[in-house]
Amino acid sequence: MTGEEAENGRDDMLIDGCEAEPPQENTVPDGFNANYLKVYYGKLFPHYDMFRWLSYGNDGKHPGCDQSYFGRREFSFTLDNDIYLRFQSFNSASEMEKSINEKCPFKIDIGPVYNVDPAKRHAYAQGGDNGFTPMERELIFDVDITDYDDVRYCCSGADVCLDCWPLMTVAIKVIDAALRDDFGFNHILWVYSGRRGVHCWVCDGKARRLNNEQRAAIADYFRVYKGNENSHKKVSLTGQGLHPFLARSYTEVLKQFFEEKLLCSQKLFSNEERFEKILEMIPDESITSELRGKWQESRRSSTSKDDINVVRWGQLKQMLQSGRQKVQGLRRCVEEIVFSYAYPRLDMEVSKHMNHLLKAPFCIHPKTGRVCVPIDPDRCEEFDPTTVPTLSKLLGELNMGVLRSEGNDEWDKTSLGKSVRYFRSHFLQPLLKSCKEEIESSYKAKLQESKNSLSCIAWSLEIITLESFGGSKSFALLKEIRVLHLTSCREGGKTSPKSGTGQDARKDRKSGTGYTGSPKKGGRGGKYTWAGVDGYYSQAEIGFEKEPLDAKDPNFEDPEDDVVVKA
Amino acid sequence: MEIVRSQKRAPAVADVVSSLPLYRSAPELQVRLEDFELFAIDRLRVLKGISDGLSRGKKPDEVETLVRDLWKSNMSLPQASEVIKKDIISHFVLRLVYCRTEELRKWFLSMETTLFRYRFRLLESSEAQRAVMAEFDLPYKAVSHAEFENVKEKLIQVARSIGGQSVPNADTIFYKVPFEEVPELVAGRRVFILKGYAYVAMNQVASLVVTRFRSHLSKALVLTNRKWTSTIRERETDRLTPIVESLSTSYLGPDYSQPREFAEISLKDIDQVAKSSFPLCMRHLFEKLREDHHLKHGGRMQFGLFLKGVGLKLDDALAFWKSEFSRKVGAERFDKEYAYGIRHNYGKEGKRTDYTPYSCQKIISSTPGVGDHHGCPFRHFSEENLRAALGKMGVGNRPMEDVMDKVRNRHYQLACTLTFEAVHGSSCDAGINHPNQYFIDSQKLLQKNNPTS
Repeated sequence: MTGEEAENGRDDMLIDGCEAEPPQENTVPDGFNANYLKVYYGKLFPHYDMFRWLSYGNDGKHPGCDQSYFGRREFSFTLDNDIYLRFQSFNSASEMEKSINEKCPFKIDIGPVYNVDPAKRHAYAQGGDNGFTPMERELIFDVDITDYDDVRYCCSGADVCLDCWPLMTVAIKVIDAALRDDFGFNHILWVYSGRRGVHCWVCDGKARRLNNEQRAAIADYFRVYKGNENSHKKVSLTGQGLHPFLARSYTEVLKQFFEEKLLCSQKLFSNEERFEKILEMIPDESITSELRGKWQESRRSSTSKDDINVVRWGQLKQMLQSGRQKVQGLRRCVEEIVFSYAYPRLDMEVSKHMNHLLKAPFCIHPKTGRVCVPIDPDRCEEFDPTTVPTLSKLLGELNMGVLRSEGNDEWDKTSLGKSVRYFRSHFLQPLLKSCKEEIESSYKAKLQESKNSLSCIAWSLEIITLESFGGSKSFALLKEIRVLHLTSCREGGKTSPKSGTGQDARKDRKSGTGYTGSPKKGGRGGKYTWAGVDGYYSQAEIGFEKEPLDAKDPNFEDPEDDVVVKA
Repeated sequence: MEIVRSQKRAPAVADVVSSLPLYRSAPELQVRLEDFELFAIDRLRVLKGISDGLSRGKKPDEVETLVRDLWKSNMSLPQASEVIKKDIISHFVLRLVYCRTEELRKWFLSMETTLFRYRFRLLESSEAQRAVMAEFDLPYKAVSHAEFENVKEKLIQVARSIGGQSVPNADTIFYKVPFEEVPELVAGRRVFILKGYAYVAMNQVASLVVTRFRSHLSKALVLTNRKWTSTIRERETDRLTPIVESLSTSYLGPDYSQPREFAEISLKDIDQVAKSSFPLCMRHLFEKLREDHHLKHGGRMQFGLFLKGVGLKLDDALAFWKSEFSRKVGAERFDKEYAYGIRHNYGKEGKRTDYTPYSCQKIISSTPGVGDHHGCPFRHFSEENLRAALGKMGVGNRPMEDVMDKVRNRHYQLACTLTFEAVHGSSCDAGINHPNQYFIDSQKLLQKNNPTS
């Protein structure tokens, strides 16, 4: 299949070829190239839905909106030829759509919302607290099946099949339940990474405002597996009992999965190499040698009809739980084995830093051609990575759809429709509802505060005069004036972007985002100052010419390094 | 006329630790210049004591006792209000002293935080603890009884998973805290979390309070340093600056000038203890003293200061030396010629410097002459004599060769370390740097193996 044939649209091969054969490693799959991608971005990629998501209600329709919010979000594009563009930002949905269509990036990453438009970051000092810093960022998790390579035997590396994919399903279940029940988060989006893993985006306001330390704490809360090739025992569950989170994960998800699925699909006891790995985790020589003896004997004889793995697991459990728990280290051995095989393995670094970039949903994975579609956590067991729509399949459907009647949304004519509809109904709508409520209530609170101050009379007058200007300009001006007056009013209602130090936000004289009202860096917007609508000093005035791309930046990627596009 | 009742009662422990100031802002108090220095020195003793205790690996319960005792012995005053005054003043004076370099700040921050942590633990009532929490803007609500019942099972599970905790019952106080405010506890899965709230036990709250204290003090120290360098130092050149600058240069590192509790020896123990725990240099001096009933100046200094470091009190020391020397020179001459020197060593004469016992480095570099017995045997003895001395100590043949090998390569302290290991039958990872360290380590080992002694 070549580009020309695809555009022809009437080629039978194209239609038949929609059936996904498992793509092979290292070959560019049929149908992934810049032309296909262009069509995808032009007709199928849900630009406006992405905008609605990432503005979190700040779409300008409510006076309490932060007009600058979307513009302060960083995106990064990986273009053809591995050209890497960081610090892309857009002030509107159409600007973003235009840029994507023009540049046709092979990969789009989403970064944090900074305190200023990333395009203007040069004007801010490198050192010092509030030079150019992330203010908000979703809490994200990345689970990659290659981290499980030591416990899956069906595939390795980038391959994934229906025998090992359930490890991802289990990860989703365990983490999702904890995020909702333990941490109280509600707006959680799980996304297929396109090849061999899943990503999780926690979008509650509280989650977005967590600092690095808090993110690291959550990542550590989830961390159980602590090993590498050099250690035998990589899961250590000490103490007289399990923490309720681990206990619940075990009884509700892991135990059943291990015993009913993983044992057999991975044939964990079927040969010496495999069962030795498990025996290594038992710190009691007498038990391990007894079991070893039993299994080496019965290698060829199998008197029972039951699966050998199930049988041997039963024997192992019996020995460990038969009353020898008095020996230290054996107490939780069975659980430790189950955890080390089945418990989610997260990439800690992804979650810990606010400025980590993560691939956007609805991108196409360059190696597989598959779309990064959302996964419904409540039905994650039904998700099959081998049937996820690919770029070529979608284009084929699109072409077929040309024959049908015109509708509004192109994606609705394709298999992508299901995903976009899910994204909207299960994630976007509830999220936006909650965001609007938040904006509304904090706006009301601010109004209430302002009413209590004398200077607010003057402020109200200015609103009336400025409203006549209309449009976004008025709101930017309004913010400046509000700052002038609110520096003398007590700050109330609006929660500080820094969590956990509520009272310090008031005392903090350094510039936060636009919406705390405290003086901006450079003195802009402080009391008795006026710096105009676009109050950022030009680079020349500051005299700052340093290139901010810092090699020590954890997210710094040398374009030369980015040859292999990660899932 | 105002009649003042004499306040002779000893301050109870409760008084001493009940009010826990947070040192948020400098006090509006008047301080006499003498008190400025004296209060600071007393507090410094407490901090130094804590530092030594920690570096010797004391467990939390031991540190708690140590803090209470140190505080009582150094900071007590008849009136509780005066104690608070002294507490606050001494803290702020030491802030000035220890703000000036990164290293000083680190040490001070660490010790003050530890002191605060244990004083918080020692607070008698939970109201007092809650008062402190409120000061730190930790307005946590205690979990109501009804809510407690709902989550009791889970709380017990958590307690058991952490281990070493008492199982929560109806009397245990828990606080409901947004999880993001207790990241350390969340990270270690040491709390039960439900719908975004962590259920924090009272003893865990201490760590929160301490964290806040620490971060506040850390920032304050930096600010103090700025103020010091920009204005205060200049302004106070004639008054406070010299005091501040001298305070920080004293008491650096464990110098064994303060006797340790378990290391106090009395005269009757000295023989036995010499055989078991003295390093070779001191054994030799001791033996020669017993033999000759005399030591020359170098020997008196080295051995006398060592004994002081080991815990021999002045009176005992005078008696000890007198008993030996009087056999040679007579009691009267001893009093006339030698007693003064011993008192001088203890800082009771002349410029009252409390001399510190010599470290290995100093001893090795000394030059014993004819008739002298001080110095380091590993350096200053001939091989023959050294072998004999080591043999008398109980060093076997194999270790002996190792030791001699080190000596030939001029690694005298390593040789001493190997000797220690051979004599005690266990390894000494830190290496010997000070004769008093040898003694203390030896006593520690012996007490560990034979607790009743």
